[in-house]
Amino acid sequence: MSGAVTSKNKFGGIGVYAVVYLAFIYIPVLFLPLFSFNDSIYIAFPLKGFTFEWYRKMAASDGLIEALINSLKVGSVVAVLSTILGTLAAKAVTRYRMPGRGPAVGFIMLPLVIPGIIMGIALLVLANLLGVGLSLFTIGVAHMLICVPFSMLVMISRLEGFDKNLEEASADLGENAWTTFWRVTFPLSIPGLIASLLLSFTTSFDEFILAFFLAGTEVTLPIYIWSQLRFPAKLPAVLALGACIFVISFFLVTFAEWFRRRGVQVKSTSGV
Amino acid sequence: MAERIALTPVVAGARPGAVARLRGLFLRSEPLRGYTLLSPTLGVMIVALAAPVGILIAFSFWTQNYLEIVKTVTLANYVALLHKPIYAALLWKSIKIAAGVMFATVVLAYPMAYFIAFRVTRNKLLWLILITVPFWTSYLLRVFAWKIVLGYNGVINSGLMSLGVIDQPLEFLLYNPFAVVITLAHAWAAFAILPIYVSLEKIDRSLIEAATDLGDGPTMRFLRVTLPLSMPGVIASSLLVFIPTVGDYVTPKLVGGTTGIMIGNIVQSMFGKANNWPLGAAISVASMLAITALVCAFLWLTKSARKRVA
Amino acid sequence: MTDRPIIQIANVTKDFGPVRATNDVSVDIAHGEFFSLLGPSGCGKTTLLRMLAGFEAPTRGEIYIDGQPMSTVPAHQRPVNMVFQSYAIFPHLDVRGNIAFGMRKSGLSKTEINRLVEEMLEMIKLPGYGKRAAHQLSGGERQRVALARALIKRPKVLLLDEPLGALDKKLRAQMQIELRELQQSVGITFVFVTHDQEEALTMSDRIAVMSKGHVLQIDSPTGLYESPRNRFVADFIGTMNFFEGSLESLANGHATVDAGPLGRIKAAAEGAPGGPGSPIVVAIRPEKFQLSSSAPAGGGENVVEGRMGPSAYLGDRSHFYVHVAGRDEPIAVAAQNLEPSGGRIGPKEPVWLRWAARAVVLLPPE
Repeated sequence: MSGAVTSKNKFGGIGVYAVVYLAFIYIPVLFLPLFSFNDSIYIAFPLKGFTFEWYRKMAASDGLIEALINSLKVGSVVAVLSTILGTLAAKAVTRYRMPGRGPAVGFIMLPLVIPGIIMGIALLVLANLLGVGLSLFTIGVAHMLICVPFSMLVMISRLEGFDKNLEEASADLGENAWTTFWRVTFPLSIPGLIASLLLSFTTSFDEFILAFFLAGTEVTLPIYIWSQLRFPAKLPAVLALGACIFVISFFLVTFAEWFRRRGVQVKSTSGV
Repeated sequence: MAERIALTPVVAGARPGAVARLRGLFLRSEPLRGYTLLSPTLGVMIVALAAPVGILIAFSFWTQNYLEIVKTVTLANYVALLHKPIYAALLWKSIKIAAGVMFATVVLAYPMAYFIAFRVTRNKLLWLILITVPFWTSYLLRVFAWKIVLGYNGVINSGLMSLGVIDQPLEFLLYNPFAVVITLAHAWAAFAILPIYVSLEKIDRSLIEAATDLGDGPTMRFLRVTLPLSMPGVIASSLLVFIPTVGDYVTPKLVGGTTGIMIGNIVQSMFGKANNWPLGAAISVASMLAITALVCAFLWLTKSARKRVA
Repeated sequence: MTDRPIIQIANVTKDFGPVRATNDVSVDIAHGEFFSLLGPSGCGKTTLLRMLAGFEAPTRGEIYIDGQPMSTVPAHQRPVNMVFQSYAIFPHLDVRGNIAFGMRKSGLSKTEINRLVEEMLEMIKLPGYGKRAAHQLSGGERQRVALARALIKRPKVLLLDEPLGALDKKLRAQMQIELRELQQSVGITFVFVTHDQEEALTMSDRIAVMSKGHVLQIDSPTGLYESPRNRFVADFIGTMNFFEGSLESLANGHATVDAGPLGRIKAAAEGAPGGPGSPIVVAIRPEKFQLSSSAPAGGGENVVEGRMGPSAYLGDRSHFYVHVAGRDEPIAVAAQNLEPSGGRIGPKEPVWLRWAARAVVLLPPE
C-alpha cells in the first residue's frame, strides 16, 4: 500500500461506505435469527418476547430432518465427485500444452452461464426421455454440472502457483506418475482440495432450482424450505432453521480458513 | 580437441517392441497425455450437458397436442414467439431487470472491493470472510428475508409505523421490479465483490505511485489508472451477475408479484400448469440465444478495455 | 572406464510448435567429465538438459546414456538426477525427508538410509540439519540440499540447471570451487548449464557453446578462450577486439593479413579460414597487447600507434581504451598493475601497441 495515496484519515468516506454496505448485507439476514426467537407467529415489529418454541418445532419436524439428511447425502457425494473431476481437469489444463485447451475449458464452464431453470428443465426432459426416474441421484447429477466448473476453477488457481519443478524433481528421483501424485502433488494440494470440497458442498447444499425440477419423492432442504414458505404458521420454524444453517456455516467457513492458513506455511515455494 | 569421440552404433538388442514404442509415443506427446487426464471430466460434462441442451433444442421444434408430444419438426413455436408480443416483451423486461441488477450490484460492490484492496492493510482475508458469511445462509431464506423487510406487514413498515413516521404501510416496497432488483443486488453482493477485489489486488501499486509522481491527484489517479486496470474484474463481475439473473425464477416468484414477473416464471409454467413443453423449450432456447448475443456484444464492446490491461 | 562416452546426443532437434529450440545438436560427453552447456538465454541449453533428464522428448534424433537409447525410457527410470534452477525443495518435508526422498525404492532399511542421509549432510557441510523445515533454509542451503538429494542416489550423471544463479557473488564463487571439488572426489559426470561464461571457464573440463539452438563449438576452456572458431564464441567468452580485413597470403606457416587500421599483420597460418584474397576477421584479446609510451625498437609487424583514451582501474589490473586511426571503436587493452601508478600513460598521449603473431585469432566473416 502506498503511503502517498491514502488520505490522511485512513478510513474516511470510503470507510463509512464500507460499514454501511456491510450493514446492508448483514441486516436483512440478521432478521432471520432475530424473528426466530420472537414469540409471535407474525414476522413484524414490535417484538413480542423471547422463545425457543420455534426451535423445538423445527427439531420435531420429520420432514425437515429427512430433507436435511438428503441434502447432506447429495452434498457430500457431489462434493467428492466434483472435486475429483475438477482436479483432474485442472491438472490436465495447467500441466500439459494441448491444442483446443481453451474450448475444452470453456465447454466445462458452460453450465455456469446457462440459467438454472433452463438447465433444470433440459435435464428433466432428458430424464423423461431416458425413462430415468427422478430421485436424489438425478439431483446429484444436476449439481455435478455446476459444481465441477467451480471445483476446476479453484484447483486451476491453486495449481498455477504450483512449482512445476516439484513434480519433475519427484520423477527425477525415481517416482512414477502415480507415486509422485501421492507423495508430492496430493499433500501440497490438500488446502486447495478442501476449498473445492467446501465450495462444492455448499453450492449443492444451497441449490434450489435444479433440485426443484429433478427431485422425486425425496427432497432436499431448499425444496423443503420452499414448500414451507407458503404456510405463515410454519414460517418462524423455517427461520429457526435458517439461523441454524447460518451459524453452522459460519463455523465451517472459519474452520476452513484456519485450515487453509496452516497450509500456507507449508507452501513457501509452491505459492498459494 | 575432437568434438566427438567416434560414435559406435549403440543399440544393445533388437528394436524396442510395439508396447515400448507406443509408450515412447505417449511420452513424446503432451497433448495425448493432457487429454487423457481431461477425458473423464470432459466426458461427463459432454453427456450431462450437451445431451440435455440438445434435446431441449429438439423439443423446441416439436409441438404439444394436449397430452402428447407431436414429434414433427416445425417452426410453429418460434413463429408463436415472434407473433405473440408477450413473450418477447417479457424477455426484454427480464433483460432490463437483469441489467438493472447488474448495474446496481456492481456499482454498489465496487467501493467495497476498493476498500478492502486499498484501505485495509491487515486481515484482508477477515474482511473477505465477513462479506461472504451472510451468503452461507440459504438463498431462499435470503430472498425471504427481503420479503420480511419490504412486506406490507414487514419490518420497514411495522417499524416505521410503530415509530409513528407513517400511518399506512408503504405498498410500493414489495411485489414489483424494484423489489426484485434490490433483493438480487443483495443476493449477488459477494459474487460481485470478489472478482473486482481480485482485479484490484493485482494492480501493481508502483503504477499508482508513478501516476502520483507525474502529477495526478487522487480522483485522476483512480480514473486513469485504477479503474481501467480493474476492468477485467468489473466485467467478470457484471457477467457473473447478469447471466443467472435473466433466467431467475425464485426471486420474481417470491417478491416480484405480478409486475415483477420474469421470463423464468413463464418457462416454469410451460413445464408446469400450462403444459406446453415444446413452447417452453422454444422460449428457453430463445432466451439462451439472447443472453449469448448480449454477452458477446458486451465482450466485444469491452474488448479494447480488456486488451489494454491484459 | 570405457572409451564409449557416457552421454551421446545424436542429431537431436526439438521443436515447440513453430519454435525450434535445438537444431540438429550432437554432443558426446565422457565419463567423469565436468561438462558445461554455455550460452545466452534462449539458446537451447536448458532444453537440451531437460531432454537428458527425460522431461522433454526430442522431436528428432536420439539420446544415449551409457549406451542405452532413452526414447522409451521415462524420466523416473533414467540413471540421471537433476538439480533444478529453483532447487524444487519439497516444502512439506524436512531436510532429511527431502534428501531421502529418492531412496524409497532402494530396498535399504530405514537405518541404512538415515546413515546415508547423515553422510550426505556431512558432505554438503550442513551437519545436523536433518530436522530443519524447508522454509527455514537460506538459498545457499537449499541449493546444497538439492545437491545432496540428487547425489545420494549415486546417479551416473548429475544434471545441474544454473544452480548458482540465485546466489550472491561471494557465495557463488565459493560454491563454484566446492562443486568442482565435489565432482572430482565423487567422480560422477556433471552436465552443467549456465549463461555465465566465467563460471563455465572456472569449473569445466569441456564446454559446449550454444546459440539459437546450435552448438557452435565444443572445447576445453583454454581452447575456447584462445582458439575460438567463430565470431559468436570469440565474443561471448571474455572480451575480444575484432578487426575486418582480408587474407593476403599464406607462407611458411605464417599468414599475412591486411587488417585495416592495424596495418599489415602476421598471424599463425594454422586453422586460417579461407584462402588468399578472401575476407577474414582478425580477433585479439585485450591482454595480448603490450603497451608502451614510445615506438618499440626495431619496428616490425604487429605494432600500431594510437592515442590513449579513457581507462578503468580495477585494482589488480587496468583496462585501457586506445584510439587508432581509421577505426571509430577504441581497442580494449588489459594490463596487470605490476607497478604502482608511476609510469602511466595519460589520456590523449600517444601510445604504441604490440602483440605476438600467435596471439592473433583468425575467424571466418559472418
